[in-house]
Amino acid sequence: MKRFLLLLRSIRRTQGEGPESERTSGERRVMTDGGTSEKRSTFQRWLDSDIVQSAPFWLPPFLLMGFFVYAAIGWNFLLSLTEYSGFGDPDYSNLGLQNYWAMLDDPGMWAATRNTFVLLVGFTVVCLIVGLLLALLLDREIRFSRSFRTIYLLPFALSFIVTAQFWRWMYNVNNGIINQFIGVFGLGPYSWLGSPKLVLGAVIFALVWQFSGYTMIIYLAALRSIPNDQYEAARADGASTVRMYWRVIIPQLRPAMVSATVTLVLFALKAFDFLYATFDGYRPRRGADILATKMVRESFGRSEWAYGSSIALMLFVLSLGVITPYLYNQYKRGNL
Amino acid sequence: MSEKSVTTEEAAEQTAMKRVTDGITLGRVGLYATLIGLVGFYLLPIESGLVTSIKTPTGLDNTFPFLPPLDAGWITFEKWQVAFDYLAPGMVNSMLFTIPSTILCAILGSMAAYGLTLVDWRGQIAVLALFIAGIFVPYQAVIVPLFQFWSQYMQLGARLSFLWGLPLLEPHYATILELIITHTAYGIPIVTLLFRSQYKTMSNEMIEAARLDGASVWRVYRRIVLPLSIPMFAVVFIFQFTQIWNEFLFSLTIIGSTNDPAASATLILSGLGQSLEGTDYPLRMAGAFITALPTLLVYVLFADKFAEGVQT
Repeated sequence: MKRFLLLLRSIRRTQGEGPESERTSGERRVMTDGGTSEKRSTFQRWLDSDIVQSAPFWLPPFLLMGFFVYAAIGWNFLLSLTEYSGFGDPDYSNLGLQNYWAMLDDPGMWAATRNTFVLLVGFTVVCLIVGLLLALLLDREIRFSRSFRTIYLLPFALSFIVTAQFWRWMYNVNNGIINQFIGVFGLGPYSWLGSPKLVLGAVIFALVWQFSGYTMIIYLAALRSIPNDQYEAARADGASTVRMYWRVIIPQLRPAMVSATVTLVLFALKAFDFLYATFDGYRPRRGADILATKMVRESFGRSEWAYGSSIALMLFVLSLGVITPYLYNQYKRGNL
Repeated sequence: MSEKSVTTEEAAEQTAMKRVTDGITLGRVGLYATLIGLVGFYLLPIESGLVTSIKTPTGLDNTFPFLPPLDAGWITFEKWQVAFDYLAPGMVNSMLFTIPSTILCAILGSMAAYGLTLVDWRGQIAVLALFIAGIFVPYQAVIVPLFQFWSQYMQLGARLSFLWGLPLLEPHYATILELIITHTAYGIPIVTLLFRSQYKTMSNEMIEAARLDGASVWRVYRRIVLPLSIPMFAVVFIFQFTQIWNEFLFSLTIIGSTNDPAASATLILSGLGQSLEGTDYPLRMAGAFITALPTLLVYVLFADKFAEGVQT
């Protein structure tokens, strides 16, 4: 009887049923004759295994993403070993590390590296602190807390090209709000975006304005998941508010802080849009050039494709230095 | 039983007392003052941009940058008109690549998350790690090969030249198609993570029961998982739409020039009002608002969904 059914199914299949019903019937067969599974060939068992069954779901997106992300990174590495510049095609026959040596002799490279780290550290630390304060303020049974949250997160929903326009106007030397504000205290006016000493700080300030809402959201989600009785227990022990937050609540925000830090650091490594729009082109004002902008300028501004690729690879290695420990840590904790 | 009712009563009383005291404590007043001050801080650059965009040159000189034009003669909507004329084709182009790639991202990401979460197999964690690492890879690390790929190897414009004679199709749609594919590919990792975060919490029992009843992997996806992921689809649509609309580096490198017929809204805005005499701020502010309008609308209407997308 079972054989007959199987035969029927196979006939139906050859008659050209849709792939969906074919798979359904295949699946059914596994279930119905589970007792005779030894008879099935290894090939068939392999076909019915979960990895193959699930492949139609994850493999197409994986191939598309893998080609554009990982194959492209490999290709980028190959390009960085060539002498490719200007128009035409790259020559892959003569590969060498010359671009990496050239980076060491490039003074612009050192300045960009230094600025990248200043931006990375300054931006990340300030964002984490401001975001934490916002989250703690909003986590105190506040009326309209959702409206406040929505407003603080608003800049994060805007394009960098849009916010850069606003900040150019804010930082305007003659009638920008920042200069008018410090003018009240008898300071300034400063050329915020023109002076090599001030420009990086000004950029960090604007980016903190845009990103602190993001850190706030991350912290808020973590704060909401802390059970209420922990607050009550700390209160019952007679701990002051400050002490309670410092000892009980903030230590529990560590995982949230780590994931926010990873996102912020990786953003700082690739920040390009805001600087491009603020300075109307590939070259930021002196003092604000970072690796991310230098990479795009070398390749797309000056057509030094191979050199640009080598800076790109360095950026990739730097971000890998952040991603790998993070993913490993998440994997260890079973959070992946 | 009585014990329980007593505690709830007590708790209710306490909160009521707290509310009474909260109403008058100085700390509470300070808290709200701080929160409102922060609202000012976060909205000031945007508000200032809005009032600046409708000022005439005299209005610009005679008012504070954060105040609206106080004299009726200082108000003009001309800059909005000019900015709109510049940006309209870009808005159309941005829509043309943002909407398809958002939908594609959502479908492919949900499928990937399903195959990697609800169907268990050995080694899937390695594949998953590659997906997640893909979220964080800086675009700079792929931008040169990407440019090479589209401009030297694919040359979609030439390859699809037989299409451009058809009605409603234009040669610059080749660039739009390139952008759709690119944005889809780079959006997949984050969307996969978003769906996975939901699928992890989904009840395994239901799915196992369905599979024991003989439902195939595909059937489980279509009948059980997909209907349950509709709220997450909404989150992904909101979040990815905003991300792709706001993106700039791919527009800059793949499209190339602000004069290109395929130029996106952000690309045109980046070159708006540049001249030797200096920056035309009212024009730029008007342009910034027009470019931001779709994302602002989406954000104001679906702020909670956006926040949910950010959180994960």
